[in-house]
Amino acid sequence: MAKKYSWPDRGTTALLGKPQDRIDGIAKATGAAKYTYDVNFDKMLIARVLGSPHAHCKIKSIDFSAAEKIPGVVKCMAMKEPGNEVRWQGDPIAAVAGESEGAVAEGLKAIKVEIEPLDVYVKDADLAAAEAAGRTGKVAKNVQLEREAGDDDDEDKFAEQEIERLLKESAVVVEAHYGIDVITHMCLEPHGATVQWEGDKLNAYLSTQNVSGTAGQFASPLGITTGDVTVICDFIGGGFGSKFQVDNFNVTAAKIAKEVGRPVKLMLDRDIELKTAGCRPSGYIDVRIGADKEGVVTVWDSQHWGTFGATAGGVDQGVIPYVFNPKNRRRRATPIITNASPSRAWRAPNHPQACAMSQTAYDDIAAKLGLNSYDVFLRNLASVSNEKQNVYQAEMEIAAKLIGWKDKWHPHGKGPKKGAVVSGLGMAIHTWGGGGQPSNTNITIHPDGAVEATLGSQDLGTGTRTAIAIITAETFGLPLAGVKVNIGSSKYPPSAASGGSVTIASVSESTRRAAQDALLKIFELASKKLESEPENLEAKDGRIQVKSDTKKSLSWKEACSLLGMMPLEVKGEFKRRDDQGLSSSQVGGVQMAEVEVDRDTGVVRMKKFVLVQDMGLVINPKCAQSQMYGAAIMGIAYALFEQRILDPTTGAFLNAEIADYKLPRLGDVGEIVVEIYQPDDEYNRGVVGLGEPPVISPGAAISNAVCNALGVRVPVLPLTPKRVLEALERARKA
Amino acid sequence: MKDQRPSRAGESGFSRRAFLQGSGAAAAATALAAGSGVAEAADDKTKVLGPGPTAITLKVNGADRQVTVEPRTTLLEALRFKLNLTGAKPVSVDDSSGASMVIIDGKPASANTILAVACVGKKIQTVESLGGSKPDPVVTAFLHNDAMQCGFCTPGFVVAVRAFLDKNPKATEDQIRKGLNSNLCRCGTYANVIQAALEVVKGGSRG
Repeated sequence: MAKKYSWPDRGTTALLGKPQDRIDGIAKATGAAKYTYDVNFDKMLIARVLGSPHAHCKIKSIDFSAAEKIPGVVKCMAMKEPGNEVRWQGDPIAAVAGESEGAVAEGLKAIKVEIEPLDVYVKDADLAAAEAAGRTGKVAKNVQLEREAGDDDDEDKFAEQEIERLLKESAVVVEAHYGIDVITHMCLEPHGATVQWEGDKLNAYLSTQNVSGTAGQFASPLGITTGDVTVICDFIGGGFGSKFQVDNFNVTAAKIAKEVGRPVKLMLDRDIELKTAGCRPSGYIDVRIGADKEGVVTVWDSQHWGTFGATAGGVDQGVIPYVFNPKNRRRRATPIITNASPSRAWRAPNHPQACAMSQTAYDDIAAKLGLNSYDVFLRNLASVSNEKQNVYQAEMEIAAKLIGWKDKWHPHGKGPKKGAVVSGLGMAIHTWGGGGQPSNTNITIHPDGAVEATLGSQDLGTGTRTAIAIITAETFGLPLAGVKVNIGSSKYPPSAASGGSVTIASVSESTRRAAQDALLKIFELASKKLESEPENLEAKDGRIQVKSDTKKSLSWKEACSLLGMMPLEVKGEFKRRDDQGLSSSQVGGVQMAEVEVDRDTGVVRMKKFVLVQDMGLVINPKCAQSQMYGAAIMGIAYALFEQRILDPTTGAFLNAEIADYKLPRLGDVGEIVVEIYQPDDEYNRGVVGLGEPPVISPGAAISNAVCNALGVRVPVLPLTPKRVLEALERARKA
Repeated sequence: MKDQRPSRAGESGFSRRAFLQGSGAAAAATALAAGSGVAEAADDKTKVLGPGPTAITLKVNGADRQVTVEPRTTLLEALRFKLNLTGAKPVSVDDSSGASMVIIDGKPASANTILAVACVGKKIQTVESLGGSKPDPVVTAFLHNDAMQCGFCTPGFVVAVRAFLDKNPKATEDQIRKGLNSNLCRCGTYANVIQAALEVVKGGSRG
């Protein structure tokens, strides 16, 4: 298309870039919004899943005879066959559908499962034990050195000698261990589906962040065509990367519904949800790091490990040390295979762990040299991998002002004390790609002036609906209420899954393109009436008017009535970023934390958390800020509170309930200050997604703040009171 | 600093999980099989209910609603599956998330830790009653302050804020931070919930 798509100039917009209330906010706040869990049908059965109580075993038999006799139990279905292996506790092995929750609970209890136990291994923090148990995968290695090996040099030997030489020549060397435990996604709406057959066609109300991409995953195992499946998700109660796929239990729900001839709602119980429906890989690292006397890192040598669970994997060695790219580095990564559920993408895969495992080391360099951490981060910006030095520097200055870094910072462990309470500051920086993925939007303009934007996207909670409405209404010069947004069905034009922070950029691209094309058609119709050329017209304040003579105008309704009998439908397509400037990718971000630590109890209290984030052109700053607040709180959660606790012998997930799996509550988060960094060059580079970047830095920033307070590193996140006290004890003995 | 949840009146003390799956279920099953399944209705007379599904009347959002429930049916299950009032959400098996919060006889309570039969004769108010053409100021404050993301915890939070401010209409920010720890949000909307609650305080809550 010859037409150039563009955003309105900054400062000229009515809605875009100005804080807007969510168009579905009242529905969400009053219970009117229907999530998958809320979709009810007449004669619907409730179904639940039986998860394996054993972390590793072979199924010998599943006996439903007692369960089937329980009043109210309608159908039992096995999900594993005799001989199948179970590799983690909670892996679904059967489902029961019945008339009530009570009947289903009794039914699940009455299922008899015979198993053959197998050896269990879950110790992901202990590399030597994993090696001894034969539970490690292929080691990945990546070496980059300023000096190249000669033709006759053994590469490994050369690297070893070179790194030893560089460490020896460093003004300061830190040798340390850091880590971060597995956490789960803990979506408040558990995974599941409400399914209903209409003949051979399946309507699947699925809790998914992938509305356009999941119909085929139902169709194939059910032996029907993708076109016979409609996936619907008007609202989703949390996903965070765990809800891209149609799990086997959702397919089982459809099978039961087909066999029984009734709709079925199968949602996971909380404990099964936590045991099987998503977690983030752990990461533990041994590192030697050398720097000059200014704190500029010259050599990095690390070995890290961690677990994806039952499948091999771990934090990629390519993101270590995180964002910083020192001249000499050797990174090795060892995956550990455990009897725990396989991880799923967790908000910014790899990045939070990499940040927590390496920007803590940068802070320890500052501590060892007695330097201000701010200065050490600043001096190392020259090596950032994403060429955003200037953005980081500007964001650091803003963040420092917001938290009062200059006045409050003190050398590590040397701050004022209030009884047993010490305080400290820490910081970290992060990066993320984002950018748009393929998306299609249909804009329909009806002859009565009604406008619809229709696409197979979903609202993960980021305000997708509202963003689409803002863009459409802005383009047509209409109020927000003048636009209807249809998302959440696989029958709508396909749009990207909500992963990788691509949603807002993707839907913004396709919607703006469709709306600009549709407006041009309206201009063409109106131009005859207004006796002017289409390019001389503008849409503003509910009117189509001649730019140079705004008295010559038509109301939006009058202009649309020129369509005649049929609505106008225009498809906006976005395949790849094509330098039209509507969207972009690659962001920075700086975060600073202020904490208080009680040296007697080990309790860390958040005082203040500051986030400064660039994200290109911001469609709706209100929702963008909410995501930043949320990311900070999710970060505080994994920095201080949340961890999956597995029994080391049996692999049992010991805290798989909300009461036991600790997350912060309203009183635990302190003051949070968010600042969107959006100078003109950010606005002009177009839309970039935001979901992931601001959740990356909190682990390292909070750990660094705790270290600044105590003068002692608490090496592994979360920084629980027990770990704080253990670290203090170790330091006392040292 | 953790979990300073106020003890809430209006809760039955039942653990739903223990009731459904643990010794409670066994005891209930035995009692039902013996034909002497007894649950106490809210009036003082002991009424025999069950063993099977039983018709009861619940006073929900000002209207009498007939539902047929088993004696073991929780209020949450009755609201969601029998009355299609799905604002209260099933998030935790106990009351540790606050997502199923409703107001019973003027006091906040978790609908998943009380049985439907125990609510006969009580006034039950769900989040749906705070909507309508003129929403409750807490609802509009949640909207203006964007105190929601995925929104699954939001109805429970709205009820919690409503109940908290009814009792503490002039709450300070500090009191809000200390007093609203009953509800959990995974997306992290707490900062905005605090602002929403403060807006209601400043604008004056309902009489």
